[in-house]
Amino acid sequence: MSEIAPSTKIAAGDADMSGRQDAPLPLGVCLQKGVMNWLANRWPTITAAIGCIVLWQSVITVFSVPTFMAPAPLEVLAALRDNAGVLWTNLLPTLMEALAGFFFGNLAAILLAVWFVHNSNAEKAFYPIAVFIKSIPIIALAPILVLIFGNGVAPKIIIAGLICFFPTLVNMVQGLRSASPAMLDLMRVLSASQMEILWKVRLPASMPFLFAALRIAATSCVMGAIVAEWIGSSFGLGALIIEATYNFRSPLLYATVMIAAALAVTLFSIVSLAEKKIVRWKTSNH
Amino acid sequence: MAAGLAKEHTPMDAAFCAPAVSIRNLDIRFGSGASQFTALSKVSVDIPQGGFVTMLGPSGCGKSTLLRCVADLVPISGGTVSVNGQTPRQAREGRDFAFVFQEATLLPWRTVIDNVRLPLEVGRHGPGSSYADPAQLLDMVGLKGRENALPDELSGGQRQRVAIARALVTRPRILLMDEPFGALDEITRDKLNEELLRLWQETGTTILFVTHSIPEAVFLGQHVLMLQSHPGRVKEFLKVDLPFPRSLKIRDTLEFVKITAHLRALLEEC
Repeated sequence: MSEIAPSTKIAAGDADMSGRQDAPLPLGVCLQKGVMNWLANRWPTITAAIGCIVLWQSVITVFSVPTFMAPAPLEVLAALRDNAGVLWTNLLPTLMEALAGFFFGNLAAILLAVWFVHNSNAEKAFYPIAVFIKSIPIIALAPILVLIFGNGVAPKIIIAGLICFFPTLVNMVQGLRSASPAMLDLMRVLSASQMEILWKVRLPASMPFLFAALRIAATSCVMGAIVAEWIGSSFGLGALIIEATYNFRSPLLYATVMIAAALAVTLFSIVSLAEKKIVRWKTSNH
Repeated sequence: MAAGLAKEHTPMDAAFCAPAVSIRNLDIRFGSGASQFTALSKVSVDIPQGGFVTMLGPSGCGKSTLLRCVADLVPISGGTVSVNGQTPRQAREGRDFAFVFQEATLLPWRTVIDNVRLPLEVGRHGPGSSYADPAQLLDMVGLKGRENALPDELSGGQRQRVAIARALVTRPRILLMDEPFGALDEITRDKLNEELLRLWQETGTTILFVTHSIPEAVFLGQHVLMLQSHPGRVKEFLKVDLPFPRSLKIRDTLEFVKITAHLRALLEEC
C-alpha cells in the first residue's frame, strides 16, 4: 500500500503533464499510459468487486443454493448472453422513458427555480405544493397516473420526471441564490439588468448545485421508469423484472437488474463527465 | 505606458473644476421606528476633481456607507450627493464611477481577461470605442501572460489587481475603493499602494479610498477625510502636505510620522 501510493501520484502527475504539453505522444503510448493510470487509481475498487463476485459464487456452491432462489454469477452471465436480444429490446423503452423524464423533470425544475428566485409570491404559492407532491410515495402515485394516462409511455415519463424534479428544484433555488452579495453589488454598480444578472452571475453560480442534483436525478430517473413499468406495462426492464420473477427465471431477473444498474451508472457517469467539463472552477465553499 | 489613459495632472485641475463628488448635509438612516439607526449625520464634503481622498475612522463610523452611498448602493435619507453634477443614480448609469470591493469579487468561472471584460458586456453603455483595452490594462497592473488563468489560480494580490483592471476598463472618472487591500498581507499591500499611486497619476482618475490603516491613508491621500462614529460625521478633512510622486521611503520621514501621529491622536478622541 505504502509502496503503491507514491508511484500512483507520480503516474498521475505524468498524465497531467502530457495532457498540457503541446508535444503529441503516439496514441498507443497515451492509451497504455491511460489504462495503467486507471488501474493504478482503481485497483482497490476492482479488487473489491472481484472479491464480491467470488464470495457470491462460493456461497451458492458451498450451500448448494437452488438456481430459482439465487443464481450463481456464471448463470447470470449465461442469461445475459442467451437473452441479449430480449434485454436489448426492453432496455430501449426504459432508456427512452428515463431520458425523457430526466429532461422534462429537470427542465421544469430549473424553470420553476428561476421563477421562484425572481418572484417570492410564486415561491410562496407553489413551493408547498411541490413539497406535497414530493411527499406522495412514487409507488402510490404510479397507479393513479396509469389510470389517467393508460399503459403507454406517458405515465412512465411523468414518474421518471417527477422523481428528478424535486431535488433539482431545491438545489437550483439554493444555487441561484448562492451568488455573493458583493457580486450582486458589482452588477448593480454596472447597472446590469435582471436578465444579465441571471445569465452572467446567478446561472453560472448555480452550476455546482445543479450538477449535484443532476447526479442524483441520473440514477433516480431509471428507478422511476422501472417502478412505473411494474405497475402496468408489457415492455421495458420493469416489465421484464416482473415477468422473470413470476416465472422463476432468476438468472434472467438478475441479468435484467444488472442491465438496469449499468444503465443508471452510465447516465451517472455522463453527468459527472459533463460536470467536469462545465464546472472547471473550484467550488470548495459549497 | 497606457498612453490612452494618461491625462495631464496638475493641481490646477483641483482649483478650477467643480468638485468630482459634492456631499451636502447627508443623512443616512437604516430601519424605521424604534429600531432606526443613524449611520451618517450632516456630512458635508467636497472631493476635488482628480484628487485622491482617503477615508479613515473607527469601525462602524459609516465610511463604507458613505462610499456606497456615492455609488448608489445605499439610499440617501436626507441631504444631497452630487457626482460630477449628477445624482448617484445618473452617475452609475452613465458609468461615471467604478467600485473596487474589499474582496476582489471576480466571477470564478470566468478567465482573468473575461472578468476584466465584464463591464463591457452588461448594462447600458455607449459605443465600445470609448473603453480601454482589457489586455493593455492587464499589462498595466502587471498581469501580462495570466489573461487566461482562472481567478482560483491567482494569489490574493493578483486577484485584487484584476479587480482594479476591471474597474478601469470603462475609463471611469471616479474610482471608489472600499478597503481594497484590507485582506492582503503587508508586503503585497505596500506594493499595490505604490502601484495605485502610479496608476492615479497616469490616469488622472479621482479616487475615494476607504481604509482603516493610518499609514495607508497618509501615504496615498492628498487629503484624509476622518470620520467619527455615533452618529457618523466628519471629524476633520486634512490636507496631506507630502510631495508627489511618493515612494514607500516617505513613510520614514519626520513629516509623515507627524501626520500619522496627529491622526492617531484624533482617532483616539473619536
